[in-house]
Amino acid sequence: MKIIFTAIDIVYNWARSNSLWPLTFATSCCGIEMISASAASYDIARFGAEVFRASPRQADLIITAGTITHKMAPALVQLYEQMPEPKYVIAMGACCITGGMYENDSYSVVRGVDRLIPVDVYLPGCPPRPEALLDAIIKLQKKMKTESLLERKQYLEAHKPRVILSEDRDCEILLPNPDFEVIHWGVQTIGYDKDYKKAEVNCV
Amino acid sequence: MYIQGYGILAAFIGFSVAFAFAALIMSWLVQPKAPNKLKQKTYECGMKLFGDSRIQYDAKYYLYALLFLIFDIEAVFLFPWAVVYDKLGLFALIEALIFIAILVIGLIYAWKKDALKWQ
Repeated sequence: MKIIFTAIDIVYNWARSNSLWPLTFATSCCGIEMISASAASYDIARFGAEVFRASPRQADLIITAGTITHKMAPALVQLYEQMPEPKYVIAMGACCITGGMYENDSYSVVRGVDRLIPVDVYLPGCPPRPEALLDAIIKLQKKMKTESLLERKQYLEAHKPRVILSEDRDCEILLPNPDFEVIHWGVQTIGYDKDYKKAEVNCV
Repeated sequence: MYIQGYGILAAFIGFSVAFAFAALIMSWLVQPKAPNKLKQKTYECGMKLFGDSRIQYDAKYYLYALLFLIFDIEAVFLFPWAVVYDKLGLFALIEALIFIAILVIGLIYAWKKDALKWQ
């Protein structure tokens, strides 16, 4: 049984790692480098990743190119959730990885996109050059070729974005997106229950 | 003999329809399903939705579209006439003028009926 699954994984990984469709998602200057990587001189199409999809329903990969603010966080999490599994994340640029130059004293920037969604490849730079993005894509392809579908499913299940839907809440609070609130992984812990499902926090 | 020819056509149509549905059904059977509340939301760049997806257009646009179409067709007919105008002679000129006159009567009618006013 395991042999059959391994054989399927080899074929499946070969197919999906060579047609990695990214989502069109760029929030600041890293996006310009991403656009440059998809243009003729760097030609991301050589790695099968040129089809930037305008809808998350068709995308396999989200390159979070740029600073993620607290206001953008619910939109990012919703886009990530709307991508079909298995899905991959490349955190592009310093702001995405740790908050970058906003790390010390910004009131508005999320300190690292890995607080919101699970990251597969960290791509440092401010902004990283297009060659670096190509390198990140090659590294992600290598990673994809070594993993099994079942492991990936378990990984995604264990690292789901943590959200509290407004309908699970007893009171209304002021949020960037009124439908749900994003909880930061490993940071916000006080006042939430184990499953992050129903929490009576911020109710006055 | 004719029936046989149509038989092939019917088989062709039947096969192509069956093929299309087979692809849809196969992908529905094989696809992994992992729905959740955020995934099932309408896609709107991750932003909050507002308004209705149904939009009504004003009937006034229809009137303008109709008038535009008439003069569009007029231009389509007059361009080839204008290209070979000097070879066709007087008869074609009079014919073209009659054609324009008919359309002008239509325009005057629309004008009198206040179709050119945005109200």
